Amino acid sequence: MDWQAIWLSVRLAFCTTAVLLLLGVPLAYWLAFSPRRWRFLVEAAVALPLVLPPTVLGFYVLLAIGPRSPVGALYAHLTGGMLPFSFQGLLVASALYSLPFSVQPVASAFQGVDRKLVEASWCLGVSRFATFRRVIVPLARQGIATGAILSFAHTMGEFGVVLMVGGNIAGVTRTVSISIYDQVQALRYDAALETSLFLLGFSFVVLALTYSLQRRIWAVWPMN
Amino acid sequence: MADELICRCRKRLSSGFELAAEVSIPIEHSRVTVLFGPSGSGKTTLLRLLAGLDRPDEGVISFHGDTWYDSSRALHLPPQRRRAGFVFQDYALFPHLTVAQNVGFAASRARAAELMETFGLVDMAARYPRGISGGQQQRVALARALAAGSALLLLDEPLSALDAASRVRVRTDLRRMLLSSGVPAIVVTHDRAEAIALGDWMAVLVSGRIRQTGPVREVLRHPADVSVAESVGVENVLSAEIAARDPGLLTLQVGQQHLQCVDSGETGPLFACIHADDIALSRDIARSSSVRNRLTGRVLSVLREGPLARVELDCGFPLIAVITAQSAAEMDLKPDDTVCAVVKTTAVHTAAAVI
Repeated sequence: MDWQAIWLSVRLAFCTTAVLLLLGVPLAYWLAFSPRRWRFLVEAAVALPLVLPPTVLGFYVLLAIGPRSPVGALYAHLTGGMLPFSFQGLLVASALYSLPFSVQPVASAFQGVDRKLVEASWCLGVSRFATFRRVIVPLARQGIATGAILSFAHTMGEFGVVLMVGGNIAGVTRTVSISIYDQVQALRYDAALETSLFLLGFSFVVLALTYSLQRRIWAVWPMN
Repeated sequence: MADELICRCRKRLSSGFELAAEVSIPIEHSRVTVLFGPSGSGKTTLLRLLAGLDRPDEGVISFHGDTWYDSSRALHLPPQRRRAGFVFQDYALFPHLTVAQNVGFAASRARAAELMETFGLVDMAARYPRGISGGQQQRVALARALAAGSALLLLDEPLSALDAASRVRVRTDLRRMLLSSGVPAIVVTHDRAEAIALGDWMAVLVSGRIRQTGPVREVLRHPADVSVAESVGVENVLSAEIAARDPGLLTLQVGQQHLQCVDSGETGPLFACIHADDIALSRDIARSSSVRNRLTGRVLSVLREGPLARVELDCGFPLIAVITAQSAAEMDLKPDDTVCAVVKTTAVHTAAAVI
């Protein structure tokens, strides 16, 4: 079994989950509570990775972070390195690709928190941020856990985006699914079977864990 | 005036309903103000505007001389800076926190402990809201608001979440708690018995407009217009004391006369409430009927209102009866006639008067 690839995928999935908790939770809060009319446009943009072919998403990310793009140029200026075909570049792509998996369950959990509890807290003189931390987050913790687990699992198994953005560099961008692809290409079916079985078992355990936490996983946007 | 809650504001809801409330509530003289009105009259909307949870379209709200909202200055204080403790209809206790954590949510440890003691919550400190009764939840909600240092309490239909059996008991407790809190309160209700039992002063809201304000009994006895009279419903609110208590029956002393009613378990001074159309008038003072309550009085005036006649009596206290115009004509009722007002025992409703 390609332990190097498994370890890389686990690292990538951890980092992606962390980034998505940091970015996804505020975004979910905005989506759940914003009164803006054009909120649906952001909802649609967040959900895009669900329907877009990974190659299309990967292609655009590759263009966006390439050395000739403003983002890529800025990154090169700051760090001296390049984003494409690096772990950091992979992280950017994975975070975008798994965005709906973290944002949707969290936003739906936030919307499920009784509005009166939030207002009661405000009337007690507790600030909006403290109310978020002390009332909304504890009551939405199942949704946040679901979002984190799904982003982790989804990143573990991604293929197309990684191939487009990261290529196939052992120890840097060769994730589990790419390793399996390589093994099949090299006609090493027994190794491919082993790694695949590992990924299958892992995914099943993660989903079973998630369903035991919460029934509604593939949340559609609830209407206000 | 500084010791007033002044609200002059308009708010149009997406449903098309428009609230245009103009009211100044003296919060120094009266501790508990009842915001009374039929359902759909805009009571909860007004309460939310006062708390800062919704923003009016235009107008002014000020409390104790502090401006909370002023559209001309684009001023809108957030709820956090108004410190108006909002007690929701279902109390909105935080389900993930214990009773003690709820009370201490926005209070110092000492202040929270003090209020736990005052409201008798110490025994259930470690329990969660879903495990305690409605009346207890209400006490937690009040303690939580007071512990946070609220300068004004806003209660939205505080008794509607309770079953009928506990409502009367909790009502009396609530009045006592509100009086001892040292903080003025505004209580929303559509129930006149609750208004009488809880309030000192009342404002009547009909179709989004404040139609009348004044002491509760004054407003109930002298509705300013037909819409208020229809919404408050009851014409006779009489100050009474318990003269005797028999199994299931209560004899009340009202002025120099006695009234019997069904015992609803209240003690102390109370009010007897009688609908004007539950009173029958008779010229003969004979005692051969099942009706227990007979009040002798002098006719003050007879006023025709379409097919009905509104008769004002002086029985040592004012009493208003509504009978058919035909009966009034047959009885030839004139001012200064002496008649007997007959009221069925079940038509007399009591409401505790907690002073």
